[in-house]
Amino acid sequence: MRLFSKDFWFQYASPKTFYPLAGKLIPWFAGAAVILTLVGLYIGFFVAPVDYQQGNSYRVMFIHVPAAWMSMLIYVVMCAYAALGLVLNTRLSDMMAAALAPTGAMFTFVTLWTGALWGRPTWGTYWVWDARLTSELILLFLYLGYMALRSAIDDPRRASRASGLLALVGVINVPIIYFSVQWWNTLHQGASVSLTSAPTMAATMFAAMIVMTFAFWAYAIAVALYRVRLIILERERHARWVVELAEQER
Amino acid sequence: MWVAFKWVLKRDLMLAVRGRSEVLTTLMFFIIVVSLFPLGVGPERETLAEIASGVVWVAALLASMLSLGRLFSSDYEDGALEQLVLAAHPLPVLVLGKIIAHWLVSGLPLVLLSPVLGLQLGLDGETLAVLIFSLLLGTPVLSLIGAVGAGLTLGLRGGGVLLSLLVLPLYIPVLVFGAGAVEAVRAGLEAQAHLSLLGAFLVLSVMLAPWAAASALRISLD
Amino acid sequence: MNWSSWSEFFAMGGHAPYVWGSYGVTFLLMAIEVFLLRRRRHAVMRRIRRLVRMQRETNE
Repeated sequence: MRLFSKDFWFQYASPKTFYPLAGKLIPWFAGAAVILTLVGLYIGFFVAPVDYQQGNSYRVMFIHVPAAWMSMLIYVVMCAYAALGLVLNTRLSDMMAAALAPTGAMFTFVTLWTGALWGRPTWGTYWVWDARLTSELILLFLYLGYMALRSAIDDPRRASRASGLLALVGVINVPIIYFSVQWWNTLHQGASVSLTSAPTMAATMFAAMIVMTFAFWAYAIAVALYRVRLIILERERHARWVVELAEQER
Repeated sequence: MWVAFKWVLKRDLMLAVRGRSEVLTTLMFFIIVVSLFPLGVGPERETLAEIASGVVWVAALLASMLSLGRLFSSDYEDGALEQLVLAAHPLPVLVLGKIIAHWLVSGLPLVLLSPVLGLQLGLDGETLAVLIFSLLLGTPVLSLIGAVGAGLTLGLRGGGVLLSLLVLPLYIPVLVFGAGAVEAVRAGLEAQAHLSLLGAFLVLSVMLAPWAAASALRISLD
Repeated sequence: MNWSSWSEFFAMGGHAPYVWGSYGVTFLLMAIEVFLLRRRRHAVMRRIRRLVRMQRETNE
């Protein structure tokens, strides 16, 4: 019955109760990330066969595709937290949004980087102005804008509300931007390489991709929880429980 | 409400007329940026006509972004903005008045000047008409979206550069369809689809942006 | 098994720079992120302890 009571959920919305809970969860997610990465790499490098068209370069896909999925998922989750923080005025949800942004930006960069290194042997060029690549680049700009706005505002209350509003505006615009980039790309078909003819994937290749996705997912959660704990400490540094905690850790 | 809207609009226009030089600076910037391209790319008519729509549109984007700083900052400094926020009238309506005034002094001149620049870059006839019309539909959207960014970065150090980082990614759809309309005509297609989408963006941003900009101002002045 | 020797594994069929460049940078970035977070935690803790000390000194 406790699970259905409102108080049960709201007690974890307080930074003080969330801090130790997050601390308990981090080792589990970090451990899962390490194990899943090892399994994923093993399947990706030793079980999955060589692709008859692309050779071994396709093995970049095992990090490229999961990173791309994570970069988009984290943006949506970040915006959901930001919206929640703006509407319900819960401090913790805003802190979660702030904790997710750097990791999301990191995955976006990884997507672009690995995409370029995969594109070179496959298409013969590091970069094409393909709709998906361009959208990912814009996603990186959106992450950077969010983080830049946050760090430019000293007052934490204004920082959280302003960045929350920016995240909301961003998430409304993302579908429009994506759609317009798609349109733009079909208008300029001639210049780009045809990417749609993806070869059918062997089951083991797919397995490696899925396992790596879960590995990145666990990594993102562990890192975000670690970072949210730091944000809580910084924000609540005058609270008694934080002081006691710092004394104990000596 | 209507009275308050008209009052804000008139007041901002009057202030802009008094501070003419700032309006002219934006316009000069627009002209200079466009004029730099032939010097960088080369004077071949064919090449220039090919990139003309993109060049004019990007220059318009930058010019309108640069003028955004002016939208709220002087009112913020002399405290008039706080009066507006505390006024009995709905803030989004007042903000819309300010945005329209801002567009009239910084967006509309760009539209009126664009045929000259288009001619310089070798556009003619129908392409020129479509360029003007796409700018007419698109530049108000830039002012509307920009107002949200201007509200968020109000009074921040390094606000100008930050504003460009926030606002430029959101300008992309307008750029794509604005420049795309001219491209379509050059390729012998109809520009109608592009222009209708620009119109849809305009309607959408008129409905949403004043509200978002008003909340941004509230957050920044809190 | 895909590879008959380690050198063949590292060569990646001639695609070594691309494959190892991708994996290397990805895991390097992750390591850097974790390292930076740990350093930030030390800094935060030090800062809180300094605050406590300063308060105690003013009280005494």
